[in-house]
Amino acid sequence: MKQKLVVIGAGMASGRVLEHLTETAPDAFDITLFNAEPRGNYNRIMLSPVLSGEKTYEDIVTHDGDWYAQRGIACRFGEHVVKIDREMKVVEGENGHVPYDKLLIATGSAPFIIPVPGKDLPGVITYRDLDDTNAMIDAAAKGGNAVVIGGGLLGLEAAAGLAERGMTVTVVHLMGHLMERQLDEAAGYLLRKDLERRGITVRTQASTKAILGEGRAEAVLLESGETLPADLVVMAVGIRPETRLATDAGLDVARGIEVNAQMQSSDPDVLAVGECVEFNGHLFGLVAPLYDQAKVVANTLLGQPDAFVVKELATKLKVTGCDLFSAGDFTEGEGREDIVFRDPARGVYKRLVIEDDRLIGAVMYGDTADGSWFFGLIKDGTDIDEMRDTLIFGPAYQGGDTADPLSAVAALPPEAEICGCNGVCKGTIVEAIAAGATDLAAVRASTKASASCGTCTGLVEQVLQVTLGDEFQMPAAQPICGCTDLTHEDVRRLIKAQELKSQAAVWQELGWKTPNGCHVCRPAINYYLLADWPLEYQDDPQSRFVNERKHANIQKDGTFSVVPRMWGGITNPAELRAIADAAEKYDVPTVKVTGGQRIDLLGVKGEDLPAIWADLNKAGLVSGHAYSKGLRTVKTCVGTDHCRFGTQDSTGLGIKLEQILWGSWTPHKLKLAVSGCPRNCAEATCKDIGVVCVDSGYQIGIGGAAGMDVKETELLCQVPTEDEAIEVVMAVTQAYREGGKYLDRLYKWLAKVGMDWVRANVVDDLENRRALVERFELSQSIYRKDPWAEHVRDKAPSYAPMADFTLEAAE
Amino acid sequence: MSWIDIGHIDDVPLRGARLVKTRLGCIAIFRTAEAELFAASNACPHKGGPLSEGIVHGQSVTCPLHNWVFDLNTGKALGADEGRIDTYPVRLEAGRILLDARAVTERSAA
Repeated sequence: MKQKLVVIGAGMASGRVLEHLTETAPDAFDITLFNAEPRGNYNRIMLSPVLSGEKTYEDIVTHDGDWYAQRGIACRFGEHVVKIDREMKVVEGENGHVPYDKLLIATGSAPFIIPVPGKDLPGVITYRDLDDTNAMIDAAAKGGNAVVIGGGLLGLEAAAGLAERGMTVTVVHLMGHLMERQLDEAAGYLLRKDLERRGITVRTQASTKAILGEGRAEAVLLESGETLPADLVVMAVGIRPETRLATDAGLDVARGIEVNAQMQSSDPDVLAVGECVEFNGHLFGLVAPLYDQAKVVANTLLGQPDAFVVKELATKLKVTGCDLFSAGDFTEGEGREDIVFRDPARGVYKRLVIEDDRLIGAVMYGDTADGSWFFGLIKDGTDIDEMRDTLIFGPAYQGGDTADPLSAVAALPPEAEICGCNGVCKGTIVEAIAAGATDLAAVRASTKASASCGTCTGLVEQVLQVTLGDEFQMPAAQPICGCTDLTHEDVRRLIKAQELKSQAAVWQELGWKTPNGCHVCRPAINYYLLADWPLEYQDDPQSRFVNERKHANIQKDGTFSVVPRMWGGITNPAELRAIADAAEKYDVPTVKVTGGQRIDLLGVKGEDLPAIWADLNKAGLVSGHAYSKGLRTVKTCVGTDHCRFGTQDSTGLGIKLEQILWGSWTPHKLKLAVSGCPRNCAEATCKDIGVVCVDSGYQIGIGGAAGMDVKETELLCQVPTEDEAIEVVMAVTQAYREGGKYLDRLYKWLAKVGMDWVRANVVDDLENRRALVERFELSQSIYRKDPWAEHVRDKAPSYAPMADFTLEAAE
Repeated sequence: MSWIDIGHIDDVPLRGARLVKTRLGCIAIFRTAEAELFAASNACPHKGGPLSEGIVHGQSVTCPLHNWVFDLNTGKALGADEGRIDTYPVRLEAGRILLDARAVTERSAA
């Protein structure tokens, strides 16, 4: 007598099982197939092309009614299974019982719904099956805004499909880059760029707080407080194995239904296959291992020995035009080395991960032609030691040139502007070179390129080299560090010219040789990005030296010093009392008066920082930024308030300047002073910017220093009013912020650009002065705030150890 | 090998580190990528600088005091400097950070 086989779920895995069974042993089983969807099996992974309109449902059907009929399979489509009774060996469907000898559970997976208010509103859908796809197609027909929550494989395919159908699409992703499980940051950046190019907005590090709407979805509210309009919300944050029937039936279920290598559950007569199973701690979401499982299920049912093994997997995104490939393991582990290849001009990124002379992971974007070859090396565990040097170029590598560090310049079109000060484009320089200007001085003389502020000097030299080849001897320019061949000046210019607004963009477009820079270049790049794109770029604390990350100065014993701000050096009894109380409460060993007219609490334990800040905040004290490459203090004398020689209110001006400038980041530290008369008690003439008050107004000097070098300020200008003095100080600060090389004090920047240039741009050109002031104010709208209060509020727990075993008894 | 759950991966900032205090000194847990962790002694062999406060780049960390750079795979100082920090097995499971229990109880106080 034939055995009775009941299959729950008609998906790709169980479909493949039925194919194997009916081919090898058509008469072995009486088969009943339940499916909650009112249809048979179709190629679920091709839903994305259906959504985008490249295919129809008919194209992706794999088993139609005829197929089941010919093989005598009783189909119960559109019918939910209510219960599995293992004692009676009966499956209870909504429309009646079916007894079984063998049972196969293939319930697949269910979309994960994030538990936010509004998740059940009409207009919120998941992306799992044909009904979801059709719902999206219907919604897209009306046009409007779609928000896709989840920037993984499925979410991005949904986003691309909806954009293809004319919706305005925003992807909201919790993590820092797209598809973080399959891609590293660099590839994630390129993917984002491609998606943005097709009009999709991508919001990373964005967490959904609620879905808003009356009667149906109208908008998505983010944790940041921002709302995104949404006629359609697609939740694609992930899937979980659908295990409810198995759990109710008392089978062993962890995250999925636990199976052995023969795909049997804890009940040997009940097998499971596909996304609903868990094997050795693994879950399965891609189709390749599901097909392997299906073969094992068929053999087990037929009494043939077989065993399922987990193999390496490769991922490809099914979005036309986004060419990415990811395989193996490119993250966790020790003893691994990277080989990275970037071709910014073509948008290509390749990264190979090697361990013990074997390739174990590969991520590629833009050019994935060699993907299957690399995948083969990973699966086979081939020893790659011999071909290591050329491995990244793929199987077709036949020798060739090494990467050209000048490619960025060579790729510039003739109309690209090289010298911003004098409006000279690349074509003009190339013509001048052709006309006989074969060195920098000659190009300068004939075109004026690099003859003003000089920051484009390196670029002009590169144009000379690209044009003349070996005939031009490039002066040895100092690259930022070993991660790049570019100089600080090159990088600053390219960040602006190519509108690079993220670190990943800089690494990729400028061909960085390391995955994410080093302790030398990363703080510089972080500064350049935040100075040039204050609104678009978010300051990255992890790219800052510890002092700027923790807003305190690290001392040689690992403790910190805390310096609250005293505006213009003015304080009062309440502030002093709060400082004294804090010093006692936190056992501060040293209290010292600084040269910048404030009080330093030295020797504060790192863990105590948020608490001491909170106490100081209560008295109105904020960070003094005594640790920052930014505005430090504005030192003042007592001026007309008390001094018999004072000519102007130097204290008042100092306080105003400090309140305007505080919180701003600059290439290096920035110290100011205002003296009330030429006796100069505030020592304004050895500050980065110093104001000396005189009867007729305010003398503003710049470029002083009293550190490793001692410099006297040079007079920039004298202005009649306090307002104008403030304006000039803001403008010169912004000019330094925009042009200075990271870690150059203001005097070094001044030596490069020359006082004439500064005077012309900051003092004489009023329109430019106002524009500088506006840009400074724009940046300050983000940065003029107390970081201590912010850290107390948002980051306090991160100052404590994540675990403490000193209090537990050692075993 | 027995493992101790010391926290969630999201408690460690990307390209940053957090401290674990033990009776035998502090261990720094470094997060070099979305799902990539290393554990090593927190103290720089040069002048005892707190490595957990350093800039994390690639699979390396730079000491905040005098810029010694350590490869977190091997614990070895890179470049001209010579020295080594102890490294400890650490792994990630379903978002939880698991540290080799011996790192907390048995290691030599180096």
